[in-house]
Amino acid sequence: MRELTYAQAINEALRLLLETDDRVMLIGQGVTSPWYVGTTTAGLIERFGNRRVIDPPVSENGITGVAIGAALAGSRSILVFPRMDFMYLAMDQIANHAANWHAMFGGEYCVPLTIWGIINRGGEQAAQHSQALQAIFAHIPGLKVVMPSNGYDAKGLLISSVRDGNPVVFIDDRWLYNLRCVVPEGLYQVPIGKGAVLREGKDVSVITSSYTVHEVLKAADECRGKGISVEVVDLRTIKPLDSELILGSVRKTGRVVIVDGGWKAFGVSGEIAARIAETPLIRELKAPICRLSLPDAPAPASTALEDVYYPRKEQIAATIQRLLEA
Amino acid sequence: MDVSAETLIKLYVTMQRIRLFEERVADLVSKGEITTPCHLYTGQEAVATGICASLRNDDYVFSTHRSHGHYIAKGGDLRKLMAEIYCKSTGCSKGRGGSMHITSAEKGLPGSSAIVAGTIPIAVGAALRLSAVGGDGVSVAFFGDGAVCEGAFYEALNFASLKKLPVIFVCENNLFSTHMPVEDSLANPIIYKIAEAFKLPSCRIDGNDVLKVYKTGQAAIERARKRKGPSFIECMTYRWRGHVGPNYDVDKGIRTQKELDRWMAKDPIKALEKMLIAKRFLTNGEASKIVTGIEREIDGAVAFAKKSPYPPSDEMEIIRYLFR
Repeated sequence: MRELTYAQAINEALRLLLETDDRVMLIGQGVTSPWYVGTTTAGLIERFGNRRVIDPPVSENGITGVAIGAALAGSRSILVFPRMDFMYLAMDQIANHAANWHAMFGGEYCVPLTIWGIINRGGEQAAQHSQALQAIFAHIPGLKVVMPSNGYDAKGLLISSVRDGNPVVFIDDRWLYNLRCVVPEGLYQVPIGKGAVLREGKDVSVITSSYTVHEVLKAADECRGKGISVEVVDLRTIKPLDSELILGSVRKTGRVVIVDGGWKAFGVSGEIAARIAETPLIRELKAPICRLSLPDAPAPASTALEDVYYPRKEQIAATIQRLLEA
Repeated sequence: MDVSAETLIKLYVTMQRIRLFEERVADLVSKGEITTPCHLYTGQEAVATGICASLRNDDYVFSTHRSHGHYIAKGGDLRKLMAEIYCKSTGCSKGRGGSMHITSAEKGLPGSSAIVAGTIPIAVGAALRLSAVGGDGVSVAFFGDGAVCEGAFYEALNFASLKKLPVIFVCENNLFSTHMPVEDSLANPIIYKIAEAFKLPSCRIDGNDVLKVYKTGQAAIERARKRKGPSFIECMTYRWRGHVGPNYDVDKGIRTQKELDRWMAKDPIKALEKMLIAKRFLTNGEASKIVTGIEREIDGAVAFAKKSPYPPSDEMEIIRYLFR
């Protein structure tokens, strides 16, 4: 079976989408830059030209409007933000326009727009180059939010996002870009709204997504050595959330740890906790719901501080063990 | 360029349709029949009419909170517009948009935004798509002088000019952004000069002279159809009614009765009517017949809106609209 890096899987998805659907257009800062988007857009401009692969000026809000307008006029727009922190500049077009358009005009138009945002945390990049904003976008009605954890899902979810016909926020973590996995050739879809159980277990469910999945898998290995059987649930899609999968797993294990790469306050982990607490399942839990996420503070620069800011496998494993002892 | 009698009459009829529709809405708002916030177009009819007269159904128009005039000028159905203003399920946006969010897929009006300058980059994006698919379709962004204070305006102008996109920027300078006179909001209130800085062919014209708007618009649209790039037209005009609703805002101290009277004396419809009669293209009798016919059509639109049902209120129906 053929293995690709995560970045190569994205690159292949983009190439196949551009190749097979002439409505597809890729626009965003740095698609022709040697460093901005990693290797994900390599070779695309040479192959498809500067009318379908467009490197625009730094005008995030304006260019998001452009991508929406092109989508309304028949494009399948893929709009990339190489650092998703800059999506804040485009909030008006994303939240007021793309998200509302379909409902606000009575369903007359759809906005087939994939907004691809990349989390750049680590490397002492500090508070404006590190943010994971999934909760912000998941809060807005009219947007879907996906967050793959591996190249197979990234390729399949990117294809699903572009074919969806509605605005989808597709979030990558740069820490995933060099990870390898088996990726089939050709076009295939991973359904939006469906999570996956990556590892079955019976003592505790750990619900997570994106890069954090890999820290959780390592923590699960560590726990196994101590006789704890961990079930790992990869959300893959943040919105619509696969509640059924989450509740099924928690019903089985009776314990849950939610590990999110975003902030805790008013975020994704809180939403998942609430989904569980809203059902009778809450009375059957053997331990309180436990959340691990980023502290309520802007990302620091210093590596010394980054090391404690992001949840790592040691912290996750210790949390799981404490929960089992409770 | 000589404009045919037929075209002149068409411009006259469109302006009257907008005027009479808006004045009826003003009346219905005053009576409490209509509650959605209505930003009326009365006084500005020549702008939408003059520009849209050279557009086809497959050309795009993007509008603002003051949207009724653009919808009517683009050929939209008065019944669906009135029903939307009544927020009924038969409205053009099925009662989900109200006065500020109207649409017509069939007539090429993908939507109107209440966020100032919001649709300017979107119009540029539609032009990007049009330029990619070939053909000679164009996109038009209508916006007010207030939009010139927003960042989206500058980003959109720069990108359109950079990529030479088939888009026409039509600034309706009605001298006020909500309550604020244009001199208090723009360091340089000569707006077309700002557009010139982006290397756009730009001009300022009398936006109450429908013939001037028509000719200027036609030249800009032709230029876009020939893929020679975007243009910018600043139309000097004036809204008779207040920023929102049927009042005149004179009592609130925003403007003087004298200023309002001066602009009402420059009524674009009266001016064209006078010219048509002088040229014997139209008689007084024919003019009043046109008005009566439009009034009857508006009566029909109001009756249709009133008897239409409200949108279904169950939650499933609301969710269905979110993700088709």
